[in-house]
Amino acid sequence: MTHAADEILLGFTRALRAAGLPVTQDRSLAFLAAAAELGAGRPASVRSAGHATLCAAPEDVTRFDRVFEAWFNHKEPVQAAADAPPATRTALSQLPDSEDGGEGEGESDTITVAASDAEVLRQRDVAGLSAGEKRRLARMFATLRPRPPMRRTARHRRWHRGELDARRTLRATLRRMGEPGEIARRRPAQRPRRVVLLLDISGSMASYAEAHLRLAHRIVSGSGSAPVEVFTIGTRLTRITRALRLRDPERAIAAAGDTVPDWSGGTRLGESLQAFLDRFGARGMARGAVMVLISDGWERGETTLLADQMARMQRLAHRVIWVNPHRGKVGYEPVQQGVLAALPHVDDFLAGHSLATFAELMEVVGDA
Amino acid sequence: MEPTAHGLDVASVEEVTTRIAATGYISDEELATVVFLAMRMQRPLLLEGEPGTGKTALAEALADSFDVPLVRLQCYEGIDASQALYDWDFPRQILHLRALEAVAGTTDVEEAEKGLFDERFLLARPVLSALRQAPAVLLVDEVDRADDEFEAFLLEVLSTYSVSIPEVGTVSAPTPPLVVLTSNRTRELHDALKRRCLYHWIEHPGLEREVQILRSRAPEVSAHLAEQVVTVVQQLRSDAGLLKPPGVAETIDWARALHLLGSDELDLCRAAATLGALVKYREDDDRVRHALDRMLAV
Repeated sequence: MTHAADEILLGFTRALRAAGLPVTQDRSLAFLAAAAELGAGRPASVRSAGHATLCAAPEDVTRFDRVFEAWFNHKEPVQAAADAPPATRTALSQLPDSEDGGEGEGESDTITVAASDAEVLRQRDVAGLSAGEKRRLARMFATLRPRPPMRRTARHRRWHRGELDARRTLRATLRRMGEPGEIARRRPAQRPRRVVLLLDISGSMASYAEAHLRLAHRIVSGSGSAPVEVFTIGTRLTRITRALRLRDPERAIAAAGDTVPDWSGGTRLGESLQAFLDRFGARGMARGAVMVLISDGWERGETTLLADQMARMQRLAHRVIWVNPHRGKVGYEPVQQGVLAALPHVDDFLAGHSLATFAELMEVVGDA
Repeated sequence: MEPTAHGLDVASVEEVTTRIAATGYISDEELATVVFLAMRMQRPLLLEGEPGTGKTALAEALADSFDVPLVRLQCYEGIDASQALYDWDFPRQILHLRALEAVAGTTDVEEAEKGLFDERFLLARPVLSALRQAPAVLLVDEVDRADDEFEAFLLEVLSTYSVSIPEVGTVSAPTPPLVVLTSNRTRELHDALKRRCLYHWIEHPGLEREVQILRSRAPEVSAHLAEQVVTVVQQLRSDAGLLKPPGVAETIDWARALHLLGSDELDLCRAAATLGALVKYREDDDRVRHALDRMLAV
């Protein structure tokens, strides 16, 4: 042997890190200790030690085994990061426009109805509105009342019923020199849950982009101190929360527009979701949050990545809500590959093409 | 190698295998190895896997085979420290106060308060009681159901194996308990917690091992029936595309149910009658019936 055993094993952990396993210093040390316990001379022992100390999910195990084979039985060259997305990407051609983007539903001036115009506007598909109607609808967004979802915390508040608050009761009793008195009760305190919005701004969603931005702005500005985060996804991931914090909707939307570099480009839903989960989601932003994904599910090519990432998101998040602007239309069937791949990992599948459906979304988010 | 501080002491992986096999738990080499490591390295063991693959049963088998108490902490949403660690016995504290009053007549608040937070008024919840009873096996079951805050708190206990109670002091285990955490992976656990633990993903067992498990758990079932049942279940798991593929626990239930109906041979009629032991979803029920038709017709 030319290398000390520890050196070889540590080199191996570096190879694992390169292949994308979450290997940290303390894990490496635990691995060395485990290998020493089992006897580092036997390959099977080293493999078992690695499984126990360096893996943290079933996917890790298969990845580990591949690197293990390559490192110790090097018959084929190591392909580090085989799971990472390929470096070269096919050029994104313009996506076909959504099948029924904005046709049908005649011009505004032909609508002469007795019912209040506002109510009609509430139900109209935003993709088919004229400029004037859009301006009126923009003002109506202020009527949306976002309500942050709540979660229980480990702390308690005083309450008139519920479980016994022994400490408080006992303290009061002691104050009266042991004379029993009123029994205090308590219940778990509540805190707002984080809401994370992911807006698809690819070409196929272009006719809805503005309305969805307004919706996002309304949720950010109407939620008070409750945490809300907004990202756009298209060919890349952009965080626009800061832009949307501006009070005035028009300025906020203009600011968001300046921040996002990839308006009406292609869609890489799977990759964008992965980017979100890797950079923000898994670090805590998606954990226990209510995730709202607004997209039509147009995904080019393979959808396995999208399905994997949706599954991952559902495991992290408290609730995953998919809002699809085509959902509310007559005869809609979830047939796009992307939608089909994602649906098993979605808790709520909602429509999102009119103000009325946005109001519905507020309810679902609030109850989550 | 220094000897471990566990009362649970093992010399080799094989010893683990034979010891837990004696209680009727059939493990494979990977699993036995990871248990061995957990004992030697004094690390908690995190077991993940589909429901019904024997995660909880392993902890029971471990406690049984090393003849130490098993302390179980079942997690659920909203669980907090007072349900996991300790609580004060409030009614007894009040009684104590009244007794003091009746006997002495004079009550010094300071003194009374000191007397109130005595060890004897302490209700030990699972974690504290595991630390006190150590060597023991502490099973933290379905940790994925608990909240993030609870995970952080668990992390604290697992890294020091001690609990500090402000009124009493720190309780630490003379020998740390063997901690087994199980998760059905309904959500991702925090990486910090995972890093503390040794990890093992329990797969559904292969044909031969599942027959062994079934034979050891339900010895009354005939060898022939056991083999038939396991063959069918394994096919269902891999091919039928079920919403909830049956776990080993369901296999055992089903075999027992068939045995109770007096069958030594798997036939379509009895299989259909006992299906409730195997599948728990309406949609699966249909699929399994169709699949059984195909399998048993041959």
